[in-house]
Amino acid sequence: MADDRRGDVDNAEAPGRELLSAADVTRTIARIAHQIIEKTADVADVVLIGIPTRGAVLARRLAATIAAFEGRELAVGAVDPTLYRDDLRRKPARALGDTTVPDVGLDDALVVLVDDVLMSGRTVRAALDALAEHGRPRSVQLAVLVDRGHRELPIRANYVGKNVPTARDEQILVLLSEIDGRDGVRLRPAPAGERT
Amino acid sequence: MKHLLSVTDLDAAAATRLLDTSDRLKQALLGREVRKLPTLRGRTVITMFYENSTRTRVSFEVAGKWMSADTVNVSSSGSSVAKGESLRDTALTLSAMGADCVIVRHPASGSAHRLAAWMDGASADRDANTTGTHTSIVNAGDGTHEHPTQALLDAATLRDRLGEIAGRRIGIVGDVLHSRVARSNVFLLATLGAEVVLVAPPTLLPVGVSQWPCRVGSDLDAELAGLDAVMMLRVQAERMHGSFFPSAREYTIGYGLSAARAARLPGHAVVLHPGPMVRGMEIAPAVADGPSSAILAQVSNGVHIRMAVLYHLLAGAPE
Repeated sequence: MADDRRGDVDNAEAPGRELLSAADVTRTIARIAHQIIEKTADVADVVLIGIPTRGAVLARRLAATIAAFEGRELAVGAVDPTLYRDDLRRKPARALGDTTVPDVGLDDALVVLVDDVLMSGRTVRAALDALAEHGRPRSVQLAVLVDRGHRELPIRANYVGKNVPTARDEQILVLLSEIDGRDGVRLRPAPAGERT
Repeated sequence: MKHLLSVTDLDAAAATRLLDTSDRLKQALLGREVRKLPTLRGRTVITMFYENSTRTRVSFEVAGKWMSADTVNVSSSGSSVAKGESLRDTALTLSAMGADCVIVRHPASGSAHRLAAWMDGASADRDANTTGTHTSIVNAGDGTHEHPTQALLDAATLRDRLGEIAGRRIGIVGDVLHSRVARSNVFLLATLGAEVVLVAPPTLLPVGVSQWPCRVGSDLDAELAGLDAVMMLRVQAERMHGSFFPSAREYTIGYGLSAARAARLPGHAVVLHPGPMVRGMEIAPAVADGPSSAILAQVSNGVHIRMAVLYHLLAGAPE
């Protein structure tokens, strides 16, 4: 998904300006974990659902962090929104991501959707549709590491790691050690010739 | 991907992409009450079958429906084909009606390639006033030539059961001469890095088999112990115009997978059959229903593989 402007770009080089260091990423995840604990009466019925690829990694990290604070293992899963996207016909067929719904199911659960970068809101819209096929949660909330603005749909995150005002053609790179070998968030100007 | 005509159009990366998509689709539908995805809403998929088929036609239709495409079936007996309309005219008619994809099975080898060429020509000089769109062709079996989606679903089943395909030794046994399934499997499995062994009576091997990326043997008993999987082929009596072996009983003794032979396969080995089976001829009922048989898994994987093919042909923008 190198071309969907959401951050899942080729991170091999990772140039650009640093927005969050590795330590900042860890602190930010810890803060979101605390906010989730604060906002829910009983953490036990929270199900964390990540949006592949990096949202799924973040969901697992959030679960581990909450487990460390509260001593409870939360159910974690992933839901791939690709088959529900509204822009499939604009690009050659995309590879599909992982979909793993935890055994407890989603019926009457408090689902927290987790993604790395929130921009247009279209991915979250598709993920909500995908989610609805797997059950009827009591409530769905949204947690993102970076909100970069430019919303095209009425969608708002409940938990935001960092708000970053960006130009539309800039790129946010989210690096996570499970995938990229190290943690960090960087802002990169649009490569010449790719301006939209 | 514009058409799917032959497995030789797929390199290892493209084939693996289709297998991965198939696994993901299976995963996305797992345990769901409503098996319906919105992905191909508004797309029209027409199956055009000039030969009998149960599993291929139905699984393409189910695959299309599960992805919300509109699927329509045309069979040669109930259509204008029975009045003498040519394959080309029938296909151009369907394309002009707006078919996004035509899935074709035809007794003539090479028919899918001809159709694809006609469709490409038709979309190049189509009048802007017609509703026709660009039509993708999927080969669902052309004569004794190819059956790419069968080879893909066999590969998906083998990957499921064996973990990986590269480095595995896979035997294909029986009527290779008339089998498009065998031809597609030899080339696809070789592309994916497997070692393929054909075992067949010399009369049931096609001319030029020495050029295929596989080894040829005629002694099934000698091969059994070294196989990770064995694929039994149906003896295609309807395509046989001559004597290829003395009797059915003699064929079974030489090339049938009996329970005794199946017992000599390694413990992890998988038994495949593309169907329809002639029980007691090429495969014993006890083996077909036994624990090493993946024959019904092949059928379920067939739906997911065909969804993956439709997804890659129809969901995205033309490449």
